[in-house]
Amino acid sequence: MKRWLRRYWDLLRKPSVHYSLGFLTLGGFIAGIIFWGGFNTAMEATNTEAFCTSCHEMYANPYQELQGTIHWSNRSGVRATCSDCHVPHEWTHKIARKMEASKEVWGWIFGTIDTEEKYEEKRLELAQREWHRLKANDSLECRNCHEFESMDFTLQEERAAQAHSTALAGGDKTCIDCHKGIAHELPDMAGATLVQ
Amino acid sequence: MKTVILRVTAALAITGLLCLSAISSAQDQRLSPPAPDGLRMGGTLAETMPAPPIAGDPRTVEREVRNYPEQPPVIPHVIRDYQVDRRFNRCLDCHSREDAVEAGAPMVSITHFMDREGQVRAAVTPRRYFCTQCHVPQTDAKPLVESDFWPAEKVIREAIRGDKQ
Repeated sequence: MKRWLRRYWDLLRKPSVHYSLGFLTLGGFIAGIIFWGGFNTAMEATNTEAFCTSCHEMYANPYQELQGTIHWSNRSGVRATCSDCHVPHEWTHKIARKMEASKEVWGWIFGTIDTEEKYEEKRLELAQREWHRLKANDSLECRNCHEFESMDFTLQEERAAQAHSTALAGGDKTCIDCHKGIAHELPDMAGATLVQ
Repeated sequence: MKTVILRVTAALAITGLLCLSAISSAQDQRLSPPAPDGLRMGGTLAETMPAPPIAGDPRTVEREVRNYPEQPPVIPHVIRDYQVDRRFNRCLDCHSREDAVEAGAPMVSITHFMDREGQVRAAVTPRRYFCTQCHVPQTDAKPLVESDFWPAEKVIREAIRGDKQ
């Protein structure tokens, strides 16, 4: 094993004999574009609504619940789809979330939530995981669209303005603390640990 | 002679066609008679008319005075997407006994805590749990039929006036 590794290490350290420097640099550059671009395109493909709802687990439950909410259809025609709320937009955070999400493939293979009963049983756990995640990152995904600096308190209801100008402005609370169950149905909250 | 035969045939054919069309139109009417002008105006029974636009949700409204003491108050705010089911009741997020004060919302009345024997329970009872069974949002919808309903105070006023006369 050690000798085998040694051989490849020596090969990498030796200057190239057959290929010109130009070929290697240019080839490396082009291959870089193809691989990097391909990687990001593939990752972007896993961010689409069509990809998320291609599994029946996602299609039958969360996707159906999203339809009809204000984030699905509204008077201005802006839609927030799965990845807008569940995947950060920034590259580093996105990669981290994607690696985390590979656990969902495990769940898919073993059918952890492949019936309505199983999904109902796990609803609280799944919801709480998202709430904790959003609490920890200060509702990063919400803030992709809803910017605190752009909020006009005078256009909000009195109670909303009061809450936003104190708790949210001071940083004691973040979006998810109050705005739960806005895109999917809420679980039975009796066993919830993260309540506002 | 030849032209006469031709003319007669043509005339027969035309009459036949007219009869056929008359029969078919009569059949159309039998299958889809004109609808009576009730809540659903115009058209025939089989026709699908365009639906009237959905009444607007009032964005800024005051609470409405009730027309009689037992009237379930109308909801003076938008309730789009409010989840009210076995798992969760969004209305009670603000209107429950515990949260009403902080939320600045009216608490659900004592009747909501009574079971059918009139016994007051600790939480909202199942028979009063589904808010929209009685409470509806206030909209700018026009009444579908004319109403000669009088609010309680008008009934009393008129009764007193009747006594005086």
